[in-house]
Amino acid sequence: MGEALLEMLNISKSFPGVRALKNVNFTVKQGEIVCLLGENGAGKSTLMKILTGVYTADAGTLRLTGAEVRFRNTREACEHGISIVFQEFNLCPNLSAMENLFLGNEVKGPCGFLSYRLMREKAAAAFRNLRLEIDPRALVKELGVAQQQMIEVAKALSHHTRILIMDEPTSALADKEIQNLFAIMRELQGRGISIVFISHKLNEVLEISDRVVCLKDGENSGEVQTRATSVDGLVLMMVGRELDHLYARRQGKPSDEVVLEVRNLSGPPLINNVSFKLHKGEIAGLAGLIGAGRTELARLLIGADKKTAGTVCIAGEELAIKHPQDAVAHGIGYASEDRKQLGLVLPMTVRENSTLAVHRRLLNRLGFISAAKENEIADRYIAKLRIKVSSREQVTRNLSGGNQQKVVLAKWLAIQPRVLILDEPTRGIDVGAKAEVHKIIAELADEGVAILMISSELPEILHVSDRVLVMHAGRLTADFPRAQATEEAIMKAAVS
Amino acid sequence: MDNETAQASQQAFLGKFLGGLLRRKEAGIFLALLALMVLITLINRDFASASNLKSVCRQVAYVAIVALGVFFVILTGGIDLSIGGTVALSGVMCGWAMATVEHRYLPLLQWGPCVAIGAGLLTGALVGAFNAGIVCYLGVTPFIVTLGTMSMTRGLVQLLTGGESLLGIPEGYIETGSWILFPVIVLLLVAAVSHLGLTYTAFGRRLYAVGGNEEATRLSGINVRRVKFLAYVISGVLSGLTGILYVAKFRSALAEPAKGIELDAIAAAVIGGTSLMGGEGSVFGVLIGAMVMGVIRNGLVLVKVSPDWQELIIGAVIILAAILDVWRSKRR
Repeated sequence: MGEALLEMLNISKSFPGVRALKNVNFTVKQGEIVCLLGENGAGKSTLMKILTGVYTADAGTLRLTGAEVRFRNTREACEHGISIVFQEFNLCPNLSAMENLFLGNEVKGPCGFLSYRLMREKAAAAFRNLRLEIDPRALVKELGVAQQQMIEVAKALSHHTRILIMDEPTSALADKEIQNLFAIMRELQGRGISIVFISHKLNEVLEISDRVVCLKDGENSGEVQTRATSVDGLVLMMVGRELDHLYARRQGKPSDEVVLEVRNLSGPPLINNVSFKLHKGEIAGLAGLIGAGRTELARLLIGADKKTAGTVCIAGEELAIKHPQDAVAHGIGYASEDRKQLGLVLPMTVRENSTLAVHRRLLNRLGFISAAKENEIADRYIAKLRIKVSSREQVTRNLSGGNQQKVVLAKWLAIQPRVLILDEPTRGIDVGAKAEVHKIIAELADEGVAILMISSELPEILHVSDRVLVMHAGRLTADFPRAQATEEAIMKAAVS
Repeated sequence: MDNETAQASQQAFLGKFLGGLLRRKEAGIFLALLALMVLITLINRDFASASNLKSVCRQVAYVAIVALGVFFVILTGGIDLSIGGTVALSGVMCGWAMATVEHRYLPLLQWGPCVAIGAGLLTGALVGAFNAGIVCYLGVTPFIVTLGTMSMTRGLVQLLTGGESLLGIPEGYIETGSWILFPVIVLLLVAAVSHLGLTYTAFGRRLYAVGGNEEATRLSGINVRRVKFLAYVISGVLSGLTGILYVAKFRSALAEPAKGIELDAIAAAVIGGTSLMGGEGSVFGVLIGAMVMGVIRNGLVLVKVSPDWQELIIGAVIILAAILDVWRSKRR
């Protein structure tokens, strides 16, 4: 590991009403993998946006190999060898892998027209370079999430990159794909490329990075060599206090009463003959690889997609669920994995979003919405879930990921569900908020709600669940109590 | 409380009230409207005359009622291009019903107007339901469906009337309807009901929710289809209402009334701050938008701009309003 390649010195940046960064220092050495850590709102994205030319700093200097630089736009940052792969991909799903790879950088033939032949050759070479098996002509929408991300990486690398910034690269990946990604990252490191790795997953941070720089509330809060620290050390830097448990432990125990019984549920193209039971007050973790069909199963359960066979019973009574409104009427809630696209009406306020599923309960005798009733419900859940907002009239678009997720939970709690399906409830949320969400889930279970928690994070599944279900290719391949659930057993069930 | 404190608190209240009003989304366009009216009056004092203002208000009322109808649809993220055709068709059905009762069912003559109004509104509702059915249950894009319905309704009018206006509408019906400010009263009633509905009913809330994020609303257990269906029916009924009002105005069911009202109505909604993406807009805004359209049309005539230039200017104004709307939403 060599000299300082990049130095960001005394960077400050403010927005109306917010001091996002205060005298932040951040260096990247040649050929190192450095992790940028911090809670949501700590300033990581702002710092990276300054580095990639999206913003200009109010104060401070940027030095690249000792020479001072100033980026006025993203192109300039790119030309200096700084590339970024975002958490949400910037790919066009309707175009092919090679067209996406060269978007903005098109490959032209001698006459100035696009040369698809040349494009295909160059794309194939670029993918081979990363040891990827992707057909350049395949449409992006038909590729898996991991492959899409690789295209993003290839795209970022096509600009003679010296520093590659990866923002939450593993949030949508399964474990095997994460290992592949790490292997590629190490290889890039070997070629002299430095990588800035932004992640909330502390064990990954410990595994892949050489050094960790932590931000808290817009300021440096610590820097440490990775081999000299641990999960607790990282948490301490991030949160300023020790979290007693990274994952909440339940007070209560699940009862024996069966609340939800699913029998032989099938729904093309993926779900095939799935049966399981959920008990009152139980947290069942649903594990599996990406593409195993867990979200599809949930959607079938609540009537968002049509089932072709099978029954769903609540408390012994068979239900005809053809639309989500039937599920809600029977007390089944589903918090989807993409809270922005599917969970919230972003232009609406916290109040309106939290009462979205319970309009019937807001009506007064004349049939109009009673402000008093609505405010009461909104306030009740803002307090219960400890949602940090200045008022219930705050627009959800402006909330942090953790708070947005809490608003989604509030909406579902308001229906007083008997069964609650949570799809990746802590994706993209920082450690502090994550612990809070887990605590809330535990409290709900203690109150008697049956919870099905879909998660791709094994540690989360292992620590929060009372029982573990595993899916693979549309089938339920394992169903065992927590005591019998080991990482190996789950992984085995997830791949066969 | 002594006099000074009372005055101070009154002023504070007024200040807060005005401040609140000014901060509303529609404040900008409202001030623009006032400025426009002042400007036109400076060029031609006749604009501010009582008779001209009454006439403008009346003209605006027709467009505004249709605009309120299409506003409901736009809120859900859809569009309704068939509004003009529905106005025409409803008018024809209304006039025809009236004439039929008059000629064939003389004993029922006193119910004539009611039947006629009912026929007009029903026609509007049916066209709306037709649009709604195809959009909601067959999943076809609203733009295309209502484009087709626009043609179909105008075509039906052509078929039924042979291009000639239906005359012979009985006197009694016209009497109420031809009072110059009658359409304005109707508009104010419709606006009041719409505002109450949108702000205080679950249906109103759901309209905004569907427009804001249809899939999230659907997953939250709301029957999105039903909400959209009702929106299109409302649009149809309000277009039908306008058709009936036109019959009263022209004392006949015209074969081609309201030509181009689609443009004015949708422009009115957009100028008033309604987002074509759905989920954003207000009744107040639509009313102001309709006033702006009406004032501009009237103003162009009074300022003696040649008719050849009028459409050009109206089009430019619409584009300008849309640009302002985008700029305003980016700033927020």
